[in-house]
Amino acid sequence: MTATLPPKAAVDEGARRQRRRRDDAEPELTVSRGAAIATLGALTLAAVYFLIPIWWLIVSSTKSNTALFNSNGFWFSDLSLIDNVVDVFTRQNGLFSRWLLNSVLYAGVGGILATLLGVACGYAIAKYEFRGRGLLFGTILGGLLLPAALLTVPLYLMFSQIGLVNSVWAVIIPALVNPFAVYLGRVYAAASVPDELIEAARLDGAGELRIFFTIGLRLMSPALVTVFLFTFVSIWNNFFLPLIMLTDQSLYPVTLGLYNWYTATREANYNVVITGSLISVIPLVVAFLSLQRFWRAGLSAGSVKS
Amino acid sequence: MTAAPLIDRRAGSELRPALRRRPTRFRGAILMFTVPFMALFVFVYVAPIIYSVVQSLFATQSSGLGFGEPEQVFVGAANYAKALGDTEFWAALGRILLFGIVQVPVMLGGALLLALLLDSAAARWVSVYRVLYFLPYAVPGVIAAVLWAYLYSPALSPFVAWGDSMGIDLDFLGPNVVLWSMANITTWVFMGYNLLIILSSLQAIPRDQFEAARLDGASEWRIAWSIKVPQVRPALVLTGVNSIIGTLQLFNEPQVMHVIADAVSSSYVPTMLAMGAAFVKNDFGYASAVSVLLAIVAGLISIVYYRIAMRSDA
Repeated sequence: MTATLPPKAAVDEGARRQRRRRDDAEPELTVSRGAAIATLGALTLAAVYFLIPIWWLIVSSTKSNTALFNSNGFWFSDLSLIDNVVDVFTRQNGLFSRWLLNSVLYAGVGGILATLLGVACGYAIAKYEFRGRGLLFGTILGGLLLPAALLTVPLYLMFSQIGLVNSVWAVIIPALVNPFAVYLGRVYAAASVPDELIEAARLDGAGELRIFFTIGLRLMSPALVTVFLFTFVSIWNNFFLPLIMLTDQSLYPVTLGLYNWYTATREANYNVVITGSLISVIPLVVAFLSLQRFWRAGLSAGSVKS
Repeated sequence: MTAAPLIDRRAGSELRPALRRRPTRFRGAILMFTVPFMALFVFVYVAPIIYSVVQSLFATQSSGLGFGEPEQVFVGAANYAKALGDTEFWAALGRILLFGIVQVPVMLGGALLLALLLDSAAARWVSVYRVLYFLPYAVPGVIAAVLWAYLYSPALSPFVAWGDSMGIDLDFLGPNVVLWSMANITTWVFMGYNLLIILSSLQAIPRDQFEAARLDGASEWRIAWSIKVPQVRPALVLTGVNSIIGTLQLFNEPQVMHVIADAVSSSYVPTMLAMGAAFVKNDFGYASAVSVLLAIVAGLISIVYYRIAMRSDA
């Protein structure tokens, strides 16, 4: 706030102090103590709801199969975390690490390509005038309205005819098309890439591709991270598609692999499924926490207002 | 271009008919940006729809002697008639409709309420809460379902153990309860995600509107209801349509609960019904007909919801 003040005001100490006091005091003026406590109480209660299963998962991953059944579910008992982790990574000749790598590959490659393809298309819809633009956008949004799971069985039949079933491509190709990326790409391009800047770059002789890659993508970079994050998560989390497409266990993503272990109820698998689940969630949680800063980089917000 | 070479852009945009006759500028760039996506879109979205519709008009019949390739026979609308006359289909459809009517409003109402609280002047540590709420979205749906399945299962559940110690018989897997146990899983996974969309839409509202309302003596509730909620309507439409579509293709939760709950049959929801028809009975025609019907239902409900949600009050 003070940074935007004109230099003249900096000299006028009194006015500046007065202004700052008003900014600082503003929330307290409008919010009673009771309202603040009630708000924080409600927010905390909701946080407990969201955290309980995760807490249970963490606690349970430290327990042996017998302790899982004999001890208080929400508190630690015997500490078998290391045994469990070893069990997860050695079961079926270390198939679990293969599943993790597969998930990273599917979600990483698929996420990057889906983000670029979708955002480029959204950018074109936002920044160029051409005939059929509305129809194009409408068709893509129509794709958003379509329950994608319903396409999986016909896709399986199509893929089986061209020999793509039970391969890496069967999982990656459908993931490349994310209508939501187009939607977000259009919204963000319209909001954060000024037409004047594109015109100026054109006058300087830059080609359209170069403008997109050097100006468009850079101004949309917080948006790109967001789109990538969501695409990555949706691929990482996908279960129905690999369930239908893959039969070879060594191609499974981690979700399908764990589900497979889960369904084998006759074997005492609980500790392996629970610890494996915790391990499979960690990469996503880390990604979310570390990419937090990106979303809030207010690059786009700044240009929306101007 | 030649018709109005000297007219500046703002003036030109008022002359819509003149613009329309101009050849598209930057044709190459536009194609370069849109064609890769659209080509894949056609391959992965449009082709399967057409394939599905065609498939739904055929039935697979084994040839007379029972040997050799099964034949595809055109049966017209027979698969649709079969679906519409199938009590399993109606039961499955009924379940997800009931699920959606309750779960979607509960989840979105909760998300809106939490977003408003986070956006209010009374909130503190907003970024901490935001992360905590969003955390479940980082848990893959099927893993979340497995996690909750354990939290529901009588042998493992700490909740059931609590209930036992207090003399209350908790049964999360009973025929009348299990649908709501699943609704809880879906809500747990997606509420934070929807909350984030609504919250970012809330935060985009210019703050001076609230200042003005506060100066006029409006309460925070009044500001939330009369200024904030109307302006996040597009976000509510987006999350609402998303949730409706998600509900209609509900699969992870019932598929996982099927393993531990007798009340969840292998055709509990339409997606499971279609999958069973396709891969267990090899009846792709019937599976396609079910999918097409479900897509039509999804489209109709989304359109109705969109109409209602975007209806202007003016």
